Amino acid sequence: MMENQSSNKAEILFSRQDRRKESAFQKTILLSALAVVVLFATIFLSLVLSSFPSIEAFGLSFFYSKTWDPVSKTFGSLPFLLGTLLTSFLALLICLPFSLAISVFIGEYFTKGLLSSFLKNVTELLAGIPSVIYGFWALFVLVPIVRNFETKLGVLPYGVGILTASLILSVMIVPYAASIGREVIALVPADIKEAAYALGATRREVITKVVLPYARSGITAGILLALGRALGETMAVTMVIGNSNILPHSLFSPGNTMASVIANEFTEATHRLHVSSLMEIGLLLFLVTAIINILGRYVIKKVSVEA
Amino acid sequence: MFHAQSRARTVDLLGGGATFPYPLYSKMFYVYWKATGIKVNYQPIGSGGGQRQIITRTVDFGGSDAFMSDDALAKAPAEILHIPTCLGAVVVTYHLPGRPELKFTRSLIADIFLGKITRWNDKRIGEINPDIKLPEMDILVVHRSDGSGTTFVFTDYLSKVNEEWDTRVGRGKAVNWPTGVGAKGNPGVTGLIKHLPGAIGYVELGYALLERMPVALLQNRAGRFIRPNSASTSVAANIPLPVDTRISLTDTLSPDGYPVSSFTWILAYKEQAYRKRSMEKAKELAKLLWWMTHEGQQYAESLYYAPLPDEAVRKAEELIKSISYDGKPILE
Repeated sequence: MMENQSSNKAEILFSRQDRRKESAFQKTILLSALAVVVLFATIFLSLVLSSFPSIEAFGLSFFYSKTWDPVSKTFGSLPFLLGTLLTSFLALLICLPFSLAISVFIGEYFTKGLLSSFLKNVTELLAGIPSVIYGFWALFVLVPIVRNFETKLGVLPYGVGILTASLILSVMIVPYAASIGREVIALVPADIKEAAYALGATRREVITKVVLPYARSGITAGILLALGRALGETMAVTMVIGNSNILPHSLFSPGNTMASVIANEFTEATHRLHVSSLMEIGLLLFLVTAIINILGRYVIKKVSVEA
Repeated sequence: MFHAQSRARTVDLLGGGATFPYPLYSKMFYVYWKATGIKVNYQPIGSGGGQRQIITRTVDFGGSDAFMSDDALAKAPAEILHIPTCLGAVVVTYHLPGRPELKFTRSLIADIFLGKITRWNDKRIGEINPDIKLPEMDILVVHRSDGSGTTFVFTDYLSKVNEEWDTRVGRGKAVNWPTGVGAKGNPGVTGLIKHLPGAIGYVELGYALLERMPVALLQNRAGRFIRPNSASTSVAANIPLPVDTRISLTDTLSPDGYPVSSFTWILAYKEQAYRKRSMEKAKELAKLLWWMTHEGQQYAESLYYAPLPDEAVRKAEELIKSISYDGKPILE
């Protein structure tokens, strides 16, 4: 009843021209939104189609074979899959304490003022630095440090490898993990915190027992965003991971990632099976990212309901 | 009247392919444009791209560091000529205290890249470098991570001089390296070697000279240790060449030739009347190729490339003269 009335009113209030504009606007945004879906579907489809020769030739062995030999045309993706997952999760592990500390510090301790906005801007600037610059920095600063460390440990002192790649990745993803965390922590209602204080809780207790649990889902979302970034990062990683198509056997071992092998070999890959196998790695990266995103969504839902 | 008109209209030539000769081609095409008013646009998209684009006829000429295989040539719609334009060499470079000048025998270098020799003070290195005090350091192998003609030439050489390399690894633009780490491009490999004491790797001759890296003397088939430079690279091609110039020069028979040398080629169709191409364009292409293999050669050495030896120039002349338009030779 009410609905009917208001729509009648709308008809009187808005002229025909207005309504036409309204519907045109609606159609435009619908189309733009649909375009993204179509784009997603076509990317997926073209990846599947172009990796078909490789799927046909290697089947499931593509996922567990560790040989990548463009000369004998034998291709397996395990070294790259492992390399990507290892560096990404390691980077996440390293970045977690730092990003959490930054978000608590800016979101809870220094919400206003010069220091806070300075810190906030600096972390956000980190996200804006092109990855090739990170790569260079890692090559000139991080690699010698890691190499010295390796020399002391007595392992082959290449300086480049899984550890170096994870370290530079962790620096790159800090702003992603920190920014959402900060927003959510700042959004924790004041009355809840005040209630906790009123019960005699210290500031540390308020943060660990009230603020962080309340902001859990937001923090998780930030971490996921950071993980997504780490999985797909190419340039900086390829400069310091060592690009060896072997199964990494230790933290200091050189390795390779999915994104990096594609960037390295695609331009000069001439054989059909080589190109197709690189495409299948692209497909695999696409799937891994999608799976981690879906899992992440599930986790966010789970923790936010509990909160 | 007609003559004046056709002169005023500029003919642009479009080429694409190998990145290796790009600095030389840029120089050559600039000088050529100044002298003749003919613009040549060359896109350094890689040898693979050069071969693909000449097959699909999207360019007037392609560039390639590797000659086209018989399979690839069979895919082309008509006969493709390989015109050699200059030579390049791949050198072994390293990072050792005191920058000693090392010598390597034919099989030794392969054994290092196979990961069978892992220390610099290995006695097999010491035996042929008796005057050099070799450090007690690990050998860190650095190779290219991207697919590359440089890798092809180097692994082609290793395959010829070492049987185990041939069966275990083989030759290719990208191979399954038994040991070491990869870096992208000549700059990446050079950069990594400079940062890693004990590293050994391979780069293009020009790059090593430009970056003042130490380079190793390699033993050729005649048993001589050859220092890589423009002259020793040119000499590597001073051997009887096949008519189509499709030959691998690695491990050359030439007694004074550097053993890891290679031609780089321009790829063009023998019959130029295709896809409504004008006679004028065909003629300009043939003239350009003639110029590049003759007057253009003077720019090679200052850019660290090796000019074509006489034998190769003669072969190139025959090939360019065979270029035709509607069956008639273009250059008389």
